[in-house]
Amino acid sequence: MSLRGLSPADIFERALAGERHALGRLITFVERDAAEAEIVAEMAHTRAGNAHVIGITGSPGSGKSTLTGQLVKLLGEAGKRAAVLAVDPSSPLTGGAILGDRVRMEDVASPDTFIRSMATRGHQGGLSLAVPGVVRLLDATGYDPIVIETVGVGQVEVDIAGTADTTVVVATPGMGDSVQANKAGLLELADLFVVNKADRPGASDVRRDLELMLDLSHLSGHDQRTGMRPEIVMTTALSGEGAPEMWDAIERHFTTIADNGQLTERRINRDVAEVRNRLMADLESRIDVMLTGNSLSGVAEVLDAVAGRSLSPTAAATQLAARISDL
Amino acid sequence: MADEVSTNPPQLRVVLAKLGFDGHDRGIKIVARILRDAGMEVIYLGLRQSYKNVVNAVEQEDADAIGLSMHNASHMTLAPKMVAALAEAGLEVPVVVGGIVPDEDIEPLLEKGVAAILGPGASAEEVAQTIRDAVASMRAETSQA
Amino acid sequence: MSDPAPDQARAAWQEAYDSTKLRDVPFETMSGVPVDALYGEGPYPGQYPYTRGLHAAGYRSRLWTMRMFAGFGTAEDTNARFKELLRSGGGGLSTAFDMPTLMGRDSDHDWALGEVGHCGVAVDTLADMEDLFADIDLSSVSTSMTINGPAAMIMAMYIAVGENTGVERAQLAGTIQNDILKEYQAQKEYIFPPRPSMRIITDMMKFTSAEMPKWHPISISGYHIREAGSNAAQELAFTLANGFAYVEAAVASGLDVDDFAPRLSFFFNSHSDFFEEIGKFRAARRIWARWMKERYGAKDPKSMMMKFHTQTAGVSLTAQQAEINIGRVAIQALAGALGGTQSLHTDAYDEAMALPTENAARIALRTQQIVAHETGVTNVIDPLGGAPFVEWMTDEMERRAEEVFAHLLDIGNDSILEGAYAGIENGYFVGEIADAAYRFEREVNEGKRIIVGVNEFTEGDDGERNLLRIGAEVEDYQLKRLNGVKQRRDGDAVTRVLERLKTEAADPEINLMPTMIEAVKTFATEGEIVAALEEEFGTYVEKVFL
Repeated sequence: MSLRGLSPADIFERALAGERHALGRLITFVERDAAEAEIVAEMAHTRAGNAHVIGITGSPGSGKSTLTGQLVKLLGEAGKRAAVLAVDPSSPLTGGAILGDRVRMEDVASPDTFIRSMATRGHQGGLSLAVPGVVRLLDATGYDPIVIETVGVGQVEVDIAGTADTTVVVATPGMGDSVQANKAGLLELADLFVVNKADRPGASDVRRDLELMLDLSHLSGHDQRTGMRPEIVMTTALSGEGAPEMWDAIERHFTTIADNGQLTERRINRDVAEVRNRLMADLESRIDVMLTGNSLSGVAEVLDAVAGRSLSPTAAATQLAARISDL
Repeated sequence: MADEVSTNPPQLRVVLAKLGFDGHDRGIKIVARILRDAGMEVIYLGLRQSYKNVVNAVEQEDADAIGLSMHNASHMTLAPKMVAALAEAGLEVPVVVGGIVPDEDIEPLLEKGVAAILGPGASAEEVAQTIRDAVASMRAETSQA
Repeated sequence: MSDPAPDQARAAWQEAYDSTKLRDVPFETMSGVPVDALYGEGPYPGQYPYTRGLHAAGYRSRLWTMRMFAGFGTAEDTNARFKELLRSGGGGLSTAFDMPTLMGRDSDHDWALGEVGHCGVAVDTLADMEDLFADIDLSSVSTSMTINGPAAMIMAMYIAVGENTGVERAQLAGTIQNDILKEYQAQKEYIFPPRPSMRIITDMMKFTSAEMPKWHPISISGYHIREAGSNAAQELAFTLANGFAYVEAAVASGLDVDDFAPRLSFFFNSHSDFFEEIGKFRAARRIWARWMKERYGAKDPKSMMMKFHTQTAGVSLTAQQAEINIGRVAIQALAGALGGTQSLHTDAYDEAMALPTENAARIALRTQQIVAHETGVTNVIDPLGGAPFVEWMTDEMERRAEEVFAHLLDIGNDSILEGAYAGIENGYFVGEIADAAYRFEREVNEGKRIIVGVNEFTEGDDGERNLLRIGAEVEDYQLKRLNGVKQRRDGDAVTRVLERLKTEAADPEINLMPTMIEAVKTFATEGEIVAALEEEFGTYVEKVFL
């Protein structure tokens, strides 16, 4: 049905009733950080907190979107109402993006699956604000589990995958993935490793490397928080081999952290991180307005004083910090 | 925050697809890049999509426009059916058809609800502008009513 | 020259030339100046690595075959045209199929609406194939069939028609395109995933090697790679790599390279950049010869000789001022001739919009007749051989192709076949092609590259874009026919044979051709056979790479 003329609250009601275009529109509000986003977030937050959030990340070409597709297929067959958030980079030059992950996923997913493609949209931190908001909406409208798929290259993407309840890191033979994983800090982040393209030569080497790195890390690879050592699952995404084992391992992880209290702790941390990110973004934009606009009297004088070497930048910052709330 | 963001024009999201058997995807891939380079987000579905797949994508991705690429003579059957499928789902999203459409078919397609037709040889700027215009006039139409 | 005995090579060429029967025409210029058969140095025409052509006498003995591809409507319409062609002395039948048939789907499929009988003939069951070749003695014709995904079913139907009319399969002569790799890379008319598709193709190669000595089970086609937007070097490289991949697959299945390689043939595009095209054709022959001999250990020179068909570039035709396409086609046809093609199809000037009108198709044929009979380029064998720019371009095309082969060997663990699979899976081919297409488009858009009538010299366009339409009657007729066949056949027999086919598909040791032939004889439809195989093999869905 048409969404024409509806208030955000009306659209939210529609989304709750299962109307997918309504949910699609709410996500747009959040993604654009539009005025409606705050109203929507309010309504969503009270209803969220039920879904198992799974992050899947890996280098480009690791087959993670095919693997996500296989996972979604399994979930559909198990009668779950899953959602996927597929995050891909925007072009740094034009801000545009080509998002092509839906096709293979939709092809295998059950009709109940909700798939949303999302571009990183350049602005630093924007993504770390939008993704939790979108996940909250999916959660509030009854999707469970929610799979966030990101390219494990940029720090922001890695962080996003890392905020999940269960973070899966995909590695493949022949790409130096085990080394990359170590460098990018994915080793600390991973709750589960998947060695994809297990039919390729070198797959067992990748497994061995990962085991070795886990052995060498703190407490022989046991997560300090959970006491769990990340499992390593071998898959062949193209044929779907290993996908059930991957899902079992994901569930095992979830059960364990749910039982030992880690889950609650993680989610609290996640909420605090979101509040923090939101504050940071707010501060940042206020600072930008303060320093580049003329909206606040006296600022230009302070900056002139710094330029004239009569005031140190440190002292200037202290003076201006007191005025941030005036904006 | 909200104010700051809304000073930039919202980023258009465009679903690109081909319906039916036709496998000529040189054109649609070029269009995908043109739109990306014009700053839009392209949800690329590619070949052999069903009406249902396109409707699903428009709903879930909350797309602003649809680009259909047609290189067989089937545009007269497939494009109006796509328009009808969207209407049935209550989606007010313009459909722009690109590819090989003979002159005599342009009017009938427009009458059947296709928003615009882009022939071979349309420039990159024309392609992007046609999408922007189609979105703008659909918005004007729906906000009036 | 690298040849230790150039005089000996020259003498060998002379001997081969002298023993060839030449066409009965004066080999002299329009003004009556006699010209030699050959200028320049070796390796000479007819000698390894065949850069200068496969035959010692080139077009002096035999012109290229002027093969025009056509066909639409019902099987009966096409049959009438075949008979007309045979009456007027032609011996080769060329068959185009409609889109549903090419995709392995029946005329009653949801998407078939508007497509049935449109760009070729509709074949759902053996009954259609029987109509297509009714009253034609299959032992006396050579049939070329342009189909890939469902090639095995169509070949099975052709065999069945032969057997039902008393023609042994060993007597059947012809070519089926059957080049599935380029479908994943460019034309996108695939059905099953790459590996099961390759299994069907090796089954066909084995079957024809053993039982159909006059049949060419594959025609490796770069044409569609170019049409999809690749550049000349990519067309060359991807096509030859696909050729090597089929060779590796056939050898791995137990065939001896010299048992099947002589029956492989190629199909290239001829575009407008004249010298680049000529260099591409000459390089293609040389690369094929070298790789077949050095890498694949071919002993029979025929395994090293690349035969190819050429078609002018449909993608180069413009809708604007369509008549000027005649000029483009003429230049492209000339490049094909100077590149030494074995056969040539020239496009009709109005093909940018849709199927050609009869008048335009006639002009296209006349265009290549002008090249053959008026220009004099057929009087001298490889007339451009030895020209510094042409030889440089030939070397450069080869060098660029070798770079691609090295990449494929790298990602394929020293196997071109595995490299082709990997390149399909990781988007290498489609990505390279899309990059090239976008680059060209941007250059045209920015005016850096002039396309006459499109971004320059645009006055004179009447703006008309007309299109030949096929009436809906064809579709109605075909649907009724399919329904009738389904009602008359023995449904249980169909179910039984399809079950068996499915079981056999699960066992890679079994050749699927015999059961496929049985299946078509029960009037199982092409779509039903495809669906049965899909249950075992799966359906290919392209991953998006941009």
